[in-house]
Amino acid sequence: MSSETVGRSTGVVTPGGAAGQGSRKRPVLQRIFGKNPLGVLLSTPYLIFLAVVFAYPLIFAVYMSLHDYFFSAPGAVVERPFVGLDNYVAALTDPAVLRSFLNVGVFLIINVPLTVVLSIVLATALDRVIHFRTFLRVSFYVPYVTASVAVVAVWLFMFSGSGLVNTVLGPLAPDPSWLINPLLAMPTIALFVTWKQLGFFILLYLAALQNVPKELYESASADGAGAIRSFFSVTVPGVRPATVLVLILATITGANLFTEPYLLTGGGGPNGASTSPVFIMYQQGIEQGKPGFAAAIGVVLVIVVLIIALLQNRFAGGKED
Amino acid sequence: MQRRTRIAATASAAAVLLALTACGGGDAANEDASTARGDITIWYSNNEFEIEWAKAMVEAWNAENADEQIKGQEIPAGKTSEEVIGAAITAGTAPCLVFNTAPSAVGQFQKQGGLVDLASFEDGTSYIEERSGDSAEQYQAPEGGYFQMPWKANPVMIFYNKDMFAQAGLDPENPALSTFDDFLATSRTLSAAGVAPFAINPSTDSQFFQVGFDFLPTFAAESGGMGLVEDGKAVFADEEGITVANFWKTLYDEGLAGREAVQGDAFADGVAAMSIVGPWAVSVYGDMNWGSVPVPTSSGIAPEETYTFSDAKNVGLYTACKNQATAWDVLKFATSEEQDGQLLELTGQMPLRTNLPDTYPDYFEANPAYTQFGDQASRMVEVPPGSNTVEIMQIVRDTYSKAVISGEGDLEEQFKAAAEKVDALAEEG
Repeated sequence: MSSETVGRSTGVVTPGGAAGQGSRKRPVLQRIFGKNPLGVLLSTPYLIFLAVVFAYPLIFAVYMSLHDYFFSAPGAVVERPFVGLDNYVAALTDPAVLRSFLNVGVFLIINVPLTVVLSIVLATALDRVIHFRTFLRVSFYVPYVTASVAVVAVWLFMFSGSGLVNTVLGPLAPDPSWLINPLLAMPTIALFVTWKQLGFFILLYLAALQNVPKELYESASADGAGAIRSFFSVTVPGVRPATVLVLILATITGANLFTEPYLLTGGGGPNGASTSPVFIMYQQGIEQGKPGFAAAIGVVLVIVVLIIALLQNRFAGGKED
Repeated sequence: MQRRTRIAATASAAAVLLALTACGGGDAANEDASTARGDITIWYSNNEFEIEWAKAMVEAWNAENADEQIKGQEIPAGKTSEEVIGAAITAGTAPCLVFNTAPSAVGQFQKQGGLVDLASFEDGTSYIEERSGDSAEQYQAPEGGYFQMPWKANPVMIFYNKDMFAQAGLDPENPALSTFDDFLATSRTLSAAGVAPFAINPSTDSQFFQVGFDFLPTFAAESGGMGLVEDGKAVFADEEGITVANFWKTLYDEGLAGREAVQGDAFADGVAAMSIVGPWAVSVYGDMNWGSVPVPTSSGIAPEETYTFSDAKNVGLYTACKNQATAWDVLKFATSEEQDGQLLELTGQMPLRTNLPDTYPDYFEANPAYTQFGDQASRMVEVPPGSNTVEIMQIVRDTYSKAVISGEGDLEEQFKAAAEKVDALAEEG
């Protein structure tokens, strides 16, 4: 930025010209690896990791989605013709796929705000608690590190027709019960995931809270702000970067919902009311041998999540000075 | 800016290089694999009784074949065995033999180029057809050849809890369960007596294979031995299919069957007085006082004429195998009369060979409860063949879940619509 200003102001050296002259004079190694070859060397392992774990699968998924692709044995001679956007058209006109995107939308609308609100409130409370601090932190973290398969059993016990929740609710219990009710199945899953993931997001906020200067609370207090006013005027703006991270992470994990509908509602039941795009990708790509179709759903999902993440960053992240 | 470009270029080059490397692949098997001999690896189920059988079989073979040893192991853990096998085929790491290959997955494995046509061995077709008789035809690929060795079946029948029946005032030795009307009346009596929350509680999960444990066995019985697809046409929405679907719908509508998933085994845990399953489940039922009868039909077809679903598991010989001649010999050894007898003895599952009761009279004399499973093994239907089997079964399952289990919408209309989709898939092959 500054060099451009200098270039323009003097009218003698343009940025392009400067770069051109510099590159002619620099040695070959520097031309290839830049001014800090050691930096390139040190970042190479991570770049390779990125290329192998993220870039390659994503590029390959796009390739698969444009072909009548299926997995085959090495060396097997098979035809995988180019089909253009057929897989995308098929996916986006399939009522089951559209339903799954709607379901995951319902899930995100419940799960993401609930996650942000509960985790920031609980983290603030945990940050101030004096007794049993470690015990409470571990308690919130335990569901996160416990396998879904194990905790799902507890929720099945609680939310089944004759389970604990319905027993407590008595005549107010929904009919059909929670997990077989088309309107309640997805919200119940959203509650389950919120509860299960909460410990991780509380940890993120706890770390962020350590960076909020204590002087700000003292100033707020001196200005007459109570606990609630301090929370909204100091804590919430102070942990804004963490909030953006929590929003994006909760959205990404939520969009990849699979295990919970697979286990909690018997595979997306009742009648597809809790299927997710990733669950349909599993059915189509792995079980039914149509990875091209599954990849098309995956690519659409990536684009949708990216758009949501950009919007979250734009509206929740604010502008950095 | 320049550095960013360089980094992007490096990353792209790496990705393209990886893609090219992956596309290059390797050989599924060398050209001589079909006649080569040597050590082989086999996978078997993680069911404890099958592990016991497999270990004994491997030991018996290894003792006699020092130069062609078998290394046996359980199928690696995954959501399903089929998922693991499919991944192994793609990676070129499939073993020589898998003693747990589901017929529903064979079409896809074949399409993947992962299975060896057993008919390509000189005595392949004759061995399979002599051992399994007419039922071998159901395991033939649509275009001919055998990409699976019919191995064992678990003919699906109705199990009932004799103690609960007696408690409800029903005759536990001769329960009235042969016709749909009898079955419903018995279920209502059980429910009214409060001996269990449900009369019967098949799984309500949406997985495609669940169709084999409610609709398909009763449809096979009602239709006199038809599968979901016959001669390339869906037949499950015909009169028999609708009758069967309405029978199950009545059970759900009246609360005689549960609409919710149950943790564990509903029958073993006393949640239901009856279950619909094959003989593999006997070991789960432990000391329970159970009886079994054929699945019901509208007119009460005689037991000796009643068909059911096989719930078979077969053996596949995979193209990744480098010593296929040995693998074929092991396959014949493992499905010999002696080994089939061992399998029956240790697991209670029915080898897919002709005339079981006469081949193993001592076993059935010592285990009379298994006699009707042995008899039923000669009248079983299989899932539709081809690479679209799973998709076909998923369509049937989804339709059944909505129209029957949840009781939503017009049942007949939904079955007809599902049949049209299945027709298109069956035509694709």
